Amino acid sequence: MEAIQKHKGLVFPLDRSNIDTDQIIPKQFLKRIERTGFGQYLFFNWRFDDDGNQREDFALNQPQYKEASILIAGENFGCGSSREHAPWALTDFGFKVIIAPSFADIFYNNALKNGIIPIKMEEERLSKWMEDAQRSSLELSIDLKNQQITDEEGNVISFEIPEYHKEKLLNGWDDIALTLLQEDKILAYENSRI
Amino acid sequence: MGKPETIIEKVWNKHVVHQEEGKPDLLYIDQHLIHEVTSPQAFEGLRLTNRKVRRPDLTYATMDHNVPTKNRHVVKDEISKKQMETLRQNCEDFGIKLADMFHPDQGIVHVIGPQLGLTQPGKTIVCGDSHTSTHGAFGALAFGIGTSEVEHVLATQTIWQEKPKTLNVKVEGNLGPGVTAKDLILAIIGKFGVRFGTGYVMEYTGEAIRKLSMEGRMTICNMSIEAGARAGLISPDQTTVDYLEGREYVPKGQEFEKAAAEWLNLATDEGATYDQTVIINADEIEPQVTWGTNPGMCVPVGGTTPILAEVDHKEDVKRALEYMGLEENQPITSIEIDHVFIGSCTNSRLSDLQKAASIIQGRKVKDNVKAIVVPGSFSVKLQAEELGLDKVFTEAGFEWRDSGCSMCLGMNDDIVPPGGRCASTSNRNFEGRQGNGARTHLVSPEMAAAAAIEGHFVDVRKMAGVLN
Repeated sequence: MEAIQKHKGLVFPLDRSNIDTDQIIPKQFLKRIERTGFGQYLFFNWRFDDDGNQREDFALNQPQYKEASILIAGENFGCGSSREHAPWALTDFGFKVIIAPSFADIFYNNALKNGIIPIKMEEERLSKWMEDAQRSSLELSIDLKNQQITDEEGNVISFEIPEYHKEKLLNGWDDIALTLLQEDKILAYENSRI
Repeated sequence: MGKPETIIEKVWNKHVVHQEEGKPDLLYIDQHLIHEVTSPQAFEGLRLTNRKVRRPDLTYATMDHNVPTKNRHVVKDEISKKQMETLRQNCEDFGIKLADMFHPDQGIVHVIGPQLGLTQPGKTIVCGDSHTSTHGAFGALAFGIGTSEVEHVLATQTIWQEKPKTLNVKVEGNLGPGVTAKDLILAIIGKFGVRFGTGYVMEYTGEAIRKLSMEGRMTICNMSIEAGARAGLISPDQTTVDYLEGREYVPKGQEFEKAAAEWLNLATDEGATYDQTVIINADEIEPQVTWGTNPGMCVPVGGTTPILAEVDHKEDVKRALEYMGLEENQPITSIEIDHVFIGSCTNSRLSDLQKAASIIQGRKVKDNVKAIVVPGSFSVKLQAEELGLDKVFTEAGFEWRDSGCSMCLGMNDDIVPPGGRCASTSNRNFEGRQGNGARTHLVSPEMAAAAAIEGHFVDVRKMAGVLN
């Protein structure tokens, strides 16, 4: 996993709640056996019509969001299926940070495993950013180490993230290697149950 | 006697391998189930890092998401075919037992685990599939994981987990005639919403739960994830023990007696406390139908779609009604359907098929309704055929298929066309779930069967002969 300490980028506002992983990446794209190349299918049924043409009414298709790397969404982002193809599609498309009032449990974990920073933030705060990003464009700077977001006006907002998740993101640590440091304990546990 | 504990705490504490202040616990996993869709990248990861599967003996694989349900020998989609071949190769290379699509034990992963007795009370069970919560019906702590976690479990047989908060979903009273486990779980999600379980493990308790069969309990626990909870479980009792006795992977003879005693001891202690409790009265629950694009958007069959002026989150409701092609304040019974799907890890077990067949018996599927039954496993299919259920369905005009996930998510050829409307016994009515542009209404097997006959939703309790 790639380490991530700071990120500055454009916001794509997606003002919907309960965005499920079927919307993030529909099932017809889950058949690949690789981890890469899923970005082209991100939000596929919202981005494209039945003939494969871009839908103009979906904002991500508009030029001002082309370079967006921060996604702001409504409550319960990533609910439904456990498919890790959802964060794979988001990172492959270029998203590094997702900010929402709440996340579904499985998605939250899956995002962390792929170097995406999932930030929980109250709706009131988000609604202003959502409006700004919808109206014109909005750039935010995320400082993971200090758990702060700075907006264009210089306002600094703190956010919460569990320390152990933060450490892993900052260092890009491989989870399995960390766990295998406890191998003697795993073995002892197995032996105790025979 | 120590402090009274919930089953959640008991199972958790028995599986902690390593604990450290300020970190999640490292939990041992007793049973890892895998399938073709969420495992290939995990095996690829093992190969790249030169790691092996720590406990192939605690890992079991099947093919379910992609498999054809019409003709097993023809997988038209080359990418699906490759994914299944990849699973076969991975299982061979890493020494994992596989029930491939021609194997008599094949079926939807959450149907075969319990059927084979791999699922047992007190076990920790994971699978790269969010409906792993199903196995909680036995008092197992079972939850869905992503592919990185699948790789982690393959390599280490453990997983890092934050100790969850506990939520008691207490169901008082009794379900009325014609009202099922599916109606109960839909009513729970309808009442408390699609995220009230987030961050919790739920335990379903109360009189109505105790009276459910194991298959009904599986339907309930299956949809815990639709309420936001990664896991939902039910304390084991004699119903649990009776279901498991004699199954392939369950201990035999004296060992069984010993295991059964341990299982019963896992039940939540009298006086144990939960972080949160919600209560619902089963007596008040009627057959449910979802009208929108998440499982919380549901009403009793006698109800109507929402009135926009009366709802919060107006935009979400409006969007959902638009997608579903429905008006506000529209009676549910006026909604005409053109597809019926009886199947999925929620409702494809023998009793589900029996109940649907009891409605279908001697009746005909309405013209222009395409109706299919997809048994949850090969074994369910064979048992149903021994009872002659296949004849009941086919004579009425249903198609009788081979087992798999099928139209629940439409990864194989079984999809609802754009604009099509399906009465489905599955678990998710998300946009495009059953096919791009498809409209899904979640219901019980009985309600799906009744809709197939009438061509629109009806209160199954009002059909002639149903409540005798």
